[in-house]
Amino acid sequence: MTTQEKITFNVEEIRKQFPALHREVYGKPFIYFDNGATSQKPQIVIDTINRYYTSENANIHRGVHFLSQQATDAYEEARRIVQQFIHAKHEHEVIFTKGTTDGINLVATCFGELLTAGDEIMISGMEHHSNIVPWQMLCERKKLTLKVIPVLDNGELDLEAFQQLLSEKTKLVAVTHISNTLGTINPVKWMIDQAHAAGAKVLIDGAQSIQHMPINVQELDCDFYVFSSHKVFGPTGTGVLYGKEAILNAMPPYQGGGDMIEKVTFEKTTYNELPFKFEAGTPHIIGGIATGTALRYLSSLDQEAIHAHETDLLNFAQEQLLKIEGVRIIGTAREKTSVVSFVVDGIHPFDIGTLLDKQGIAVRTGHHCTQPLMDRFGIPGTVRASFAFYNTKEEVETFIQALNRSIGMLR
Amino acid sequence: MTIEEKQQEIIDDFAIYDDWMDKYEYIIELGKDLPLIDESKKTNDRLIEGCQSRVWVASEFNNGKMHFTADSDAIITKGIIALLIRVLDGESPENIAKTDLYFIPAIGLQEHLSPTRANGLLSMVKRLKIAALEVLK
Ligand SMILES: Cc1ncc(COP(=O)(O)O)c(C=O)c1O
Repeated sequence: MTTQEKITFNVEEIRKQFPALHREVYGKPFIYFDNGATSQKPQIVIDTINRYYTSENANIHRGVHFLSQQATDAYEEARRIVQQFIHAKHEHEVIFTKGTTDGINLVATCFGELLTAGDEIMISGMEHHSNIVPWQMLCERKKLTLKVIPVLDNGELDLEAFQQLLSEKTKLVAVTHISNTLGTINPVKWMIDQAHAAGAKVLIDGAQSIQHMPINVQELDCDFYVFSSHKVFGPTGTGVLYGKEAILNAMPPYQGGGDMIEKVTFEKTTYNELPFKFEAGTPHIIGGIATGTALRYLSSLDQEAIHAHETDLLNFAQEQLLKIEGVRIIGTAREKTSVVSFVVDGIHPFDIGTLLDKQGIAVRTGHHCTQPLMDRFGIPGTVRASFAFYNTKEEVETFIQALNRSIGMLR
Repeated sequence: MTIEEKQQEIIDDFAIYDDWMDKYEYIIELGKDLPLIDESKKTNDRLIEGCQSRVWVASEFNNGKMHFTADSDAIITKGIIALLIRVLDGESPENIAKTDLYFIPAIGLQEHLSPTRANGLLSMVKRLKIAALEVLK
């Protein structure tokens, strides 16, 4: 896979791989700028899913028969693809989950079991509710304290405050790599080093970074990294939790059931080894397999070219947006991914989103599951356009025209 | 006009638009005629919190008929509320409680009443009906 020749980046060629991009809505060509919520799927992922249910379906890890063996091999191969994609040291450090939310809940529950009253968990003010609520629940259950790193006006984290909040009481820092609302890329490598120096472990919410930048969990040295397949061109219902072997081994299992056991008797049950210890029950088999397909597809593309293209889209969109009277961009961090959130003076984001929709353009409006962040900026929500490498500059132009038209109607 | 006639009138009004943007232009216009709730009545018990836009409604019962005033922070939501009030205002609580608001899907606005649509309209319809039922108690 790594030695495979990279195909030169051509957005029109790439778009051909994504059938959903060629449909219409309300009789208008469909423009999909809600990639932060979920990504569209390339044909190769759709085909993998189709083929599996058409002729390859079997349960895994338990059958003696041909299809079961084949499905098991495909599932475990996908695990290796994930391992290589995020540069994990071991295959068994890759746990398949239902998604980012599920991975965080797993860590909150199982790593949380190792913590005691008075310990502290640190999150940031720009977290998705998925990286807030599980920690609040844990803190309540185990009498821990939740600390929150404040967000600066430009949408960057207040790193001085972060350093001050760190102490020997801090047991885990759970922060997002990239803000889904603001696009801010956090300096996680530096934060991980700081946290480790204070004796804390670190969970990185990679829901928004896995599809936008190369991830090397060994270089980052994070203790946990979680993501959802559906945001990286794979299916919904599947995600990954990466954890360092030693920590995963120290954690008690999550759910009980099939696959996660070594031996069951009514007197005592012993648990299976990693990764199966955390994968109770029949998993989302094709979800795992198709995650592998999606990551392999992404790896086949020229990453630098993708990055340059996404950056161009972001810069162009921001430039054009700022030309519109009354538009204010929320999130102006120095390091940003291809996400732009904005508000328009005197106009509710919902109204803009509704009118853009009627013009064929899918954006997200609202609080983006980051209500505390909206409170921080004193706004009810934003309009968010989030771009993927299959979006084009022409689409951004159409979006700007449609936005101007919407604002004209609403003022 | 009966509730049925009022609904039919709205359906006819919308029939002339085949472009979605024109429809919404009209909805936005309607929002400007919404009988606004008194600022002093914008209290939490009259607030319907959608995930995105917020809606306030107040109801009154006079001479056997219900009257409504409302507001929202989103203009499109206001327009749709104005339509609802046009149909329901001045009706008896019995009529309001039992009426089927079929004009909404008929003019293509059903998405605004789906539970996933985070604008509080579905809760608002419920609120209007509950107000009617309470009078009937
Ligand atoms: C930063 C971040 N964290 C967590 C999540 C939750 O992901 P999922 O709903 O796939 O579990 C999201 C998705 O919106 C996200 O953007």
